[in-house]
Amino acid sequence: MSAELAQNPDSLVFLDLGEVLRRRGQPYSAAKAAVAGLERHPDLADAHDLYARVLVDMGHLQQAYEEWHSTVALDPQHLGAHKGLGFLCYRWGDLDGALEHLESALAADPMDQSVVQALRMVRDAVTELTEITDEQESSVFEGLEGARHGLLMFDTRGRVLGGGMLTELGEDVSQDVAAYVAGGCQEADRSTRILEMGEWQWMIVEGAGGNMHVSRSEADTVLLVARDRSVPSGRLAILAERAAEVARQWVEEQQP
Amino acid sequence: MSEKFRRALDGITRVRGVRGALLVTSDDGLVVADAVMEGVRGGAVAALTASLAARLGKATVGAGIGEASFIHLQAEKGALLAMPAPDGVLVVVIAEKDVNVGLARLEMLQAAEAVK
Repeated sequence: MSAELAQNPDSLVFLDLGEVLRRRGQPYSAAKAAVAGLERHPDLADAHDLYARVLVDMGHLQQAYEEWHSTVALDPQHLGAHKGLGFLCYRWGDLDGALEHLESALAADPMDQSVVQALRMVRDAVTELTEITDEQESSVFEGLEGARHGLLMFDTRGRVLGGGMLTELGEDVSQDVAAYVAGGCQEADRSTRILEMGEWQWMIVEGAGGNMHVSRSEADTVLLVARDRSVPSGRLAILAERAAEVARQWVEEQQP
Repeated sequence: MSEKFRRALDGITRVRGVRGALLVTSDDGLVVADAVMEGVRGGAVAALTASLAARLGKATVGAGIGEASFIHLQAEKGALLAMPAPDGVLVVVIAEKDVNVGLARLEMLQAAEAVK
């Protein structure tokens, strides 16, 4: 394959060569083949996918994540990229993201047994988290304004630890909202890392019917305060600070 | 980059403390147009911000407060702002920590209108 590539540098044989090298446990040689291929074929989704897999072998997960994002941008149904992104999201505790990508992978190839198994594993993890959360339902914020309908504390995997989130109709959406925001927090981590901005401190999200304030709290927990638009963002930040103080005490009490 | 997009982004980058502005497709995070300082990894920021906005948008819809119309992420050494524009485009701004968010937001609104 190397000879073929030397004879015809534009050949796509670098894809097979890179794959063989990585399977042989030669990630640096595989990376060289992938990068050389990418220089000649920057818009080839499979080339980005190959490079991402090599990067995973080398332990460069963040770069692999970006490469797979490039793959999906070039080919939104790329099976390998969705499998890879699903794996990384699961590894980073982003179950929502893992489900999303694995479902896309399954749509790309419904017969792929590795995807079916991975999806089963992630769905089991989601169920397990939900059960733990139900058992641990607590009233951490009892006494605080909106403690059971607009104040939520959860961990970085989206597991609700306290408070609650109800819609105007009284529907409990705590789990869903915590899962989405936990995924968002992971993207916030990656964005600030790439931009060398240090750690993110808080986020305000404005919607047509209200605002959300998301902040970091103790021991890798996240606090979310949501109110309708009659409550200005500044007031929301004050509520979040009060809730953070209560959460801090609660976390201390949980320490052995 | 088309003149229309360039002008839209110029207004934002003139705001003191803004390090860059991008127009990004909100569904897949591709850069439509950008005006960022050297060293800023525009492509990666675009992909991650689009994903961040999508997740937070799902959260606001799930919580019953509607689609996200503005996102402000504050970090130790900077800020990231995002606002949806028509036709599935997102206006993204990378800024210093103490940027005048109100001013940046006004320019983002104008840029969003210019995308139409």
